[in-house]
Amino acid sequence: MSHTFTHNLVALKTIVRREIMRIVRIWSQTLIPPAITASLYFIIFGTVIGSHLHNVHGYPYMTYLVPGLVMMQIITNSYGNITSSFFGAKFQRFVEEMLVSPTPSWVILSGYIIGAMVRGLTLGVIVLLISTAFTSLHVEHPLITLTTAMLTSMVFALAGFVNAVFAKKFDDIAIVPSFVLTPLTYLGGVFYSIDQLGEPWHTISLANPILYMVNAFRYGMLGVSDIHIGVAYAVMAFFAVTLGGFGLFLLHRGIGMRS
Amino acid sequence: MTQAPALEITDLRKTYSNGTEALKGVSLTVQPGDFFALLGPNGAGKSTLIGILSSLVNASGGTAKIFGVSIHEQRSQAMHLIGLVPQEINFNQFEKPFDICVNAAGFYGIPRAEAMRRAEKYLKELRLWDKAQHPARSLSGGMKRRLMIARAMMNEPKLLILDEPTAGVDIEIRRSMWQFVTGINKAGTTVILTTHYLEEAEQLCRNIAIIDHGSIVENTGMKQLLSKLDVETFVLDTSELPAALSDVDGIELRRVDDHTLEAEMARGHDLNSLFAMLSDKGIMVTSMRNKANRLEELFVRLVENGSKQENAA
Ligand SMILES: Nc1ncnc2c1ncn2[C@@H]1O[C@H](COP(=O)(O)OP(=O)(O)O)[C@@H](O)[C@H]1O
Ligand SMILES: [Mg+2]
Repeated sequence: MSHTFTHNLVALKTIVRREIMRIVRIWSQTLIPPAITASLYFIIFGTVIGSHLHNVHGYPYMTYLVPGLVMMQIITNSYGNITSSFFGAKFQRFVEEMLVSPTPSWVILSGYIIGAMVRGLTLGVIVLLISTAFTSLHVEHPLITLTTAMLTSMVFALAGFVNAVFAKKFDDIAIVPSFVLTPLTYLGGVFYSIDQLGEPWHTISLANPILYMVNAFRYGMLGVSDIHIGVAYAVMAFFAVTLGGFGLFLLHRGIGMRS
Repeated sequence: MTQAPALEITDLRKTYSNGTEALKGVSLTVQPGDFFALLGPNGAGKSTLIGILSSLVNASGGTAKIFGVSIHEQRSQAMHLIGLVPQEINFNQFEKPFDICVNAAGFYGIPRAEAMRRAEKYLKELRLWDKAQHPARSLSGGMKRRLMIARAMMNEPKLLILDEPTAGVDIEIRRSMWQFVTGINKAGTTVILTTHYLEEAEQLCRNIAIIDHGSIVENTGMKQLLSKLDVETFVLDTSELPAALSDVDGIELRRVDDHTLEAEMARGHDLNSLFAMLSDKGIMVTSMRNKANRLEELFVRLVENGSKQENAA
């Protein structure tokens, strides 16, 4: 039992280390572009446009924007990391190194998820650091801030994993981010409070899971939210468990990997 | 106590989702310490069989045990016993050979310090140490094959499986690869090799199975196999040959060049008529030897028989 445990731990560390090495090796693709994007949002929306806007939930627009932009980068980078890394492993076939080994599916999945979370959360921290150049840093509820960031990162890493499992060509990992993820993120309360929307847009927005995550995170940082925090946690937990189970099933069955 | 066979497969079947029946009930036993050849033409089902053993292909039926451990019921335990050198390159081309080996060991739960020690050992033995810190994509084809052997050795498997490892590798590198594999076989590792390169099996392996169209058509010792051969070919070195030669009864003649003649006949056929004909024509035979492609002849024969039976059925 403990023998198996140490084996699995070594395998997990191996995958996580390889994922982190990958992020570092191609830092000019993994770390720099998201940082530039976030900076541009701060400058354009926060400074140029935001200075003409009213306070939102009692905060200057720039300050209100920070949690949204942090979440946006956590979401895109957690998702993007695992799709390109895991699809790359399938494409170059080195996923087989793991599949032929005694490493159980849940260890493989955990390794890739942790790797993607490292990328997502690193970007989150980078965006927070950039934001301090524009506004002062608020963290009302550190624990909520941290758990929301981690859960969101995990959910989108899992979603990216499922995407990568089904992807047969590179286009297949670009479609979902462009046509699903980006619109949902932009409409998920990153830039505004849904209280500012009239009906039916307010109600329609409630169907967007990203809204719950962004609001929970904003509640953690600023103490304001459009959504009840308990509901937000339930939504995140639901997606984490469902996608986690599905991802494990796919890997275990070797869908798209074993013939 | 008798040791369990290194490999014992029973009625293994595979039908791919597109309907291709790649294995039609294969049974095979490989003894510990053996150097075993699985020989067959392209598309025979060799890689499918290897794929099932290494869990990359899901079997449609049948069982397989590695040293008595079922690959289905005790997968993780069975995988600890196997080292796999696949037919297609399957490592990360952007990583370095050293990291590829160390990571591979990690998937078997081998602690990093030990993994680094082994990576150095096997990369050195496979003469890749000077390339250990270069991106893998910069390696030549032969080096990439050797890297996959080094990687397969990282868990020090009891059973090493090589799927056509010398396809497209030049003779020099092929030789050094065989030297290494023969060495670890002598040290106790069971080796299974698939190939359609016939001399390779003949030179290296003690036992052999021949597979064609998803069925085993022959499974025996290499020596027994060769002795079964009912046809032999002699190569004769001669004085200047005429442009055309007609066959002697029961002996098929092939003029290879001005001074070389091949004569193919049933084993034990009388050679006097050949020599009589040659001396009639004033051709002198200076030397004579057995042609070294016996296995190839046998193979063609077995496969032909197999397909005749299949057509008849
Ligand atoms: N993934 C696959 N899907 C469908 N058919 C396959 C697949 N892999 C192999 N085959 C078919 O199965 C048969 C056996 O192939 P394979 O095991 O690769 O033979 P070998 O390794 O002896 O050349 C061939 O007819 C091949 O086309
Ligand atoms: Mg093959």
